[in-house]
Amino acid sequence: MVQYLAKRIGRSILTLFIIVTLVFCLLRLMPIEGYFANYEKMTEAQIQAGLQSMGLLDPLPVQIGHFWQNALHGNLGVSHIYKVNVPVTEILAQKLPISIEMGVLAMLLSLVLGIPLGLVMGRCKGRWPDKLGTALIVLIQAVPAAVYFLYIQMYGTSVVGVGLLFDASNWRYWVLPVCSMSLANLAFYAMWLRRYMVDESNKDYVKLARAKGVSENNIALHHVFRNAMVPLVQYIPSAFLNTVVGSIYIESLYSIPGMGGLLVTCVQRHDNTMVQGIVLLYACVGIIGLILGDVLMVLIDPRINFGKKEGGR
Amino acid sequence: MLSFLKREKSKQLEDKLNDAQRRTGWEDLPEDELFTPAGFRSEDAEATASSNYSYWGSTFRAFLKNKAAVALLIALAAVVAFAFLQPYLPGQADPNLCAVDPVTGIQYRNIAPGQDGFVWGSNSIGQDLWARIWAGARTSLTIAFFVALIEAVVGITAGVLWGYVRGLDFVFTELYNIFDNIPTAIVLILISYVATPSIWTMILGMSIKGWIEMARFIRNQILIIRDRDYNVASRCIGTPTVRIVFRNLLPYLVSVIMLRMALTIPEAIGNEVFITYIGLGLSVETPSLGNLVNDGRKVMMQAGLRYQLLYPTLILSFVTIAFYLIGNAFSDAADPKNHLQ
Repeated sequence: MVQYLAKRIGRSILTLFIIVTLVFCLLRLMPIEGYFANYEKMTEAQIQAGLQSMGLLDPLPVQIGHFWQNALHGNLGVSHIYKVNVPVTEILAQKLPISIEMGVLAMLLSLVLGIPLGLVMGRCKGRWPDKLGTALIVLIQAVPAAVYFLYIQMYGTSVVGVGLLFDASNWRYWVLPVCSMSLANLAFYAMWLRRYMVDESNKDYVKLARAKGVSENNIALHHVFRNAMVPLVQYIPSAFLNTVVGSIYIESLYSIPGMGGLLVTCVQRHDNTMVQGIVLLYACVGIIGLILGDVLMVLIDPRINFGKKEGGR
Repeated sequence: MLSFLKREKSKQLEDKLNDAQRRTGWEDLPEDELFTPAGFRSEDAEATASSNYSYWGSTFRAFLKNKAAVALLIALAAVVAFAFLQPYLPGQADPNLCAVDPVTGIQYRNIAPGQDGFVWGSNSIGQDLWARIWAGARTSLTIAFFVALIEAVVGITAGVLWGYVRGLDFVFTELYNIFDNIPTAIVLILISYVATPSIWTMILGMSIKGWIEMARFIRNQILIIRDRDYNVASRCIGTPTVRIVFRNLLPYLVSVIMLRMALTIPEAIGNEVFITYIGLGLSVETPSLGNLVNDGRKVMMQAGLRYQLLYPTLILSFVTIAFYLIGNAFSDAADPKNHLQ
């Protein structure tokens, strides 16, 4: 286990390094207008001097070296356009709390609603609760998120009685974004829990329990559900860490000052250092989430042993 | 008493059977003609050796039994066909033409659906939404179709190599670990950020991550079946690898491949909407469902103009739901386990 973890973490660090370097190189392909707030008014000499001071005229490997040296010291550079000369880390630190808060709420909501829904669907396979739930899941999965988010916003704002501008101190403003954010995960949890429960309920130990005369509800809750939850547990750390990322759609729809909205703004305004910093954060979060998910699964289910299996997931 | 009745009954049955036999055609033939040899007929010899089971025949029969899916397929085919035929029909407006009222010389701004010849109304600069929505459906379907095609072709090729050629396993697995860790949204954003948005950069951005998922899927399946006895036997008698792949391995995966392709299409359409939403999509001169939904979003808080959001989202939702459901129904039908009654 320890050996496996060490290998896994080592590989993840390598992956992270490759991803960020790739992103770094990709961003160098960008037009240089992106580095200056008032490019049109600048003379050629000023542009060259500006590029020189940012180290953009050095050869690419040198630039990458500098970037990593700084990044390991916790310095991701300064924003050029979004907030001129404010360090990227400082901007991120301001934006993170609200995204995490909202994401955790949405995650809890989707777990609290999605797992019972999946449980009921798995228990009543083929009857009306199952059919109704399946219809709901198909709807959520097949209709693009952009569409139902828009309709929730369109009709929801008047129902809840809120304006268009987000106000963090008023709980009413939190209802719609949290609900819309939890929908996709709710469908995901319910669908997979149902699938795993149906798979699980044909196994021998369930038949034995039934033969012993254990009631169907008891079987579903104490035998099937506990085993069906194991594969789902893998996703929970990822889901939790992804709250850091925020929802790109929702945050910009409701103009919530969080991470997701920030990425959109920075992309639209071509702020390269900001994009770079955010991508680095996203990649870290994704990779750590995967590792934690696997570790949690090993801890919960003693039958799983990753030492023998290669290549993670 | 009971046993007697039983005996009586069985005797009656026996008599009936004898009666039936007596009435057959050969009854009055002379003894020697009853045993004339029938001769050898090759078709008859073959007939006992193989059943008339045909994979595609059974697949379509199973699919046709699913009435809802068939109805949906017909409706979807009609919508897709109409989207591509619409510009050739008479009396259709140019999707980019800003129509001007010939009498007053003012643009037809925000005309409600059904008035002044605008079937689905017009937008804030007088463009015909009917024409724009069908043009948008065309663009989005084209993008989605190419994404699914590239994903299938590249993904299957890579997946077969990954699963079948042992030496490549390490390379592809490492590649997968890298690709899998990059969030899709980031890839989409970066590609559209670096390149100028056009239909082709959109297709590139969307398929750049999809192919490796597909390849992974195929690889896992191929690992399971590559060393089964029938494949070992094929290798022993010297069947070329290409033939093994196409005749032994891939037919096994048809249902999986079809399902993934059918699900890629709604996903790609949704991704296009997403990219447009964050401001990296196609320009307004190329109508797509993405920028139509996005335009509709801007006016959705005015109750009178909600039709500008309603119609594009209706078409969008219908197409994605239809592909999703048909894909699921077809993959169920294509699974040979469901062919036996």
